[in-house]
Amino acid sequence: MTPTALVMMAIAMLTVWGGLIAGIVNLAKHPEEEGHEPQPPVEL
Amino acid sequence: MTPPAAPSTRREAFGSRNVFILSAIGSAVGLGNIWRFPYVAYEGGGGAFLIPYLCALLTAGVPLLFFDYAIGHRYRGSAPLAFRRLHRAAEPLGWWQVLICVVISVYYAVIIAWSAMYTWFSAQLTWGKGNENDFFFVDFLQMGDVADGGVSTDFVPQVGVPLIAVWLVVIAIICLGVKRGIGAANMVLMPLLTVMFVVLVVQSLFLPGALDGLNAFFTPNWQALADPAVWASAYGHIFFSLSVAFGIMVTYSSYLKRKTDLTGSGLVVAFANSSFEILAGIGVFAALGFMAAAQGTEVAGVATSGIGLAFIAFPTIVSNAAGGSMIGVLFFGALVFAGVTSLISILEVIVAALQDKLGWSRIATTLVVSIPLAIISMALFSTTTALAVLDTADAFVNAFGIMAVAFVAVIVVAWVLHKLPTLQAHLNQRSSFKIGTIWKLLVGVLAPIVLGYLLFSELRSKITEPYGGYPEWFIWVFGWGMVIVLIVGGVLLSLLPWSTKSRAKQDPDYDEFLETEGHEPDPETGALRTIDTEAGR
Repeated sequence: MTPTALVMMAIAMLTVWGGLIAGIVNLAKHPEEEGHEPQPPVEL
Repeated sequence: MTPPAAPSTRREAFGSRNVFILSAIGSAVGLGNIWRFPYVAYEGGGGAFLIPYLCALLTAGVPLLFFDYAIGHRYRGSAPLAFRRLHRAAEPLGWWQVLICVVISVYYAVIIAWSAMYTWFSAQLTWGKGNENDFFFVDFLQMGDVADGGVSTDFVPQVGVPLIAVWLVVIAIICLGVKRGIGAANMVLMPLLTVMFVVLVVQSLFLPGALDGLNAFFTPNWQALADPAVWASAYGHIFFSLSVAFGIMVTYSSYLKRKTDLTGSGLVVAFANSSFEILAGIGVFAALGFMAAAQGTEVAGVATSGIGLAFIAFPTIVSNAAGGSMIGVLFFGALVFAGVTSLISILEVIVAALQDKLGWSRIATTLVVSIPLAIISMALFSTTTALAVLDTADAFVNAFGIMAVAFVAVIVVAWVLHKLPTLQAHLNQRSSFKIGTIWKLLVGVLAPIVLGYLLFSELRSKITEPYGGYPEWFIWVFGWGMVIVLIVGGVLLSLLPWSTKSRAKQDPDYDEFLETEGHEPDPETGALRTIDTEAGR
């Protein structure tokens, strides 16, 4: 692979996969609130 | 006919936020991520495509995803009900989206059936080395020409039988409900799909010539950035890839608990979808690099997308690579899993809409909806002319179904009903990632401009040249005729009255939600509740 292609591959991975990790970290910092509403039904 | 049992008054819900996120990713990650994105990126400047792609993701994909989440979660209904609650006049938009899902579901199922058969064929190398093209079109599809004898009724058993199996599986999943069916299926299939794809990518990277493939995929062509068509293709791709604007995300978000981080979840879904695409790009181009090396040609000579990539190029790679059967099983197995998780989300849009409208139980509604769809799917796509119908319906429903309804929806919601501030407030009230005026500008101004441009380009290209070289009558029936029926059908369905058993008229869950949130009572459900209270006094 050429250095340019390698750099572009690294940038693509860092931005997109980094964005995913940042999103997951953000969600983990804001956990779901439990027990504020009644349980939904199960139809079967 | 005895009316089916009335459903519980409470709306079904995903077991947790994580199950919703996985299900939304399952819907977004579909066949397009695997067989469309790599070629779109390669054609659009390789590594340089990352720039328009990320711009499209952040300025159109994510904002429209939030837009869908806000509508579904705030108005807590399937697409027609959510749009009806947003404004009575907006209800046809919801039905239009439901009918788009009807069309997509009937042809999407057959691609899963083909992939399931090819998973089996890969293990045996059934097609025979060097015979991949003829095997697919002649032996497997037994492809006929619509120009010769019109739409065929000749049954092709090797397609029809797995197609029945696909429908049975998805019907069973939908019958089990949101938590035990859709949620559980995604909890199993999505991790499995990820593991399979990672193994496939690693195996592809070790093939001879793989690095040449990656070189071709990531080498930037900066001149491409000056071409408006490349930007349009990035926006078009992101738009289809994220499953926005055809009711899926509206429906899924209506099954979320009231206190859910909507934008935080949306960011994870959007980036997970793109992460999968990058992974698919690496896997597919590594494999194409091998194919080019094996044939002594350039990657440009073998790069392709869609059905050609999956059912011609990949079997060729499988035939020639060491451990090819394993690559085939992983690739086609991944297509099956990605397809099933997307198909259940498409089908759920239709089932949820009818369930809300009729007030029937889930199982009764699922069977009443799915069995006719399965029959139509069998009638059109297990015959010798399946590919022509699929190709035409797909091209027209994407351009003049999904893209058109998205264009109309953002204009109506932003400019006619002025509901963006309401949706923005709803998202910000419960979400970790706050949105402001920029979001309103992206949804209300940029999205209509981009969608309008894409729609216009599609309209021009489809009018100037008969699509795919098919006969004119055929394009009129399965192309233009179909998209016109979707719009007219959407309007007609919205004219049918909602019964008193429907969720539009009777939804204590929604009334309670509005009360808790401090909103005005719903004019329909709230009015009925007032009458009930007065009668009981």
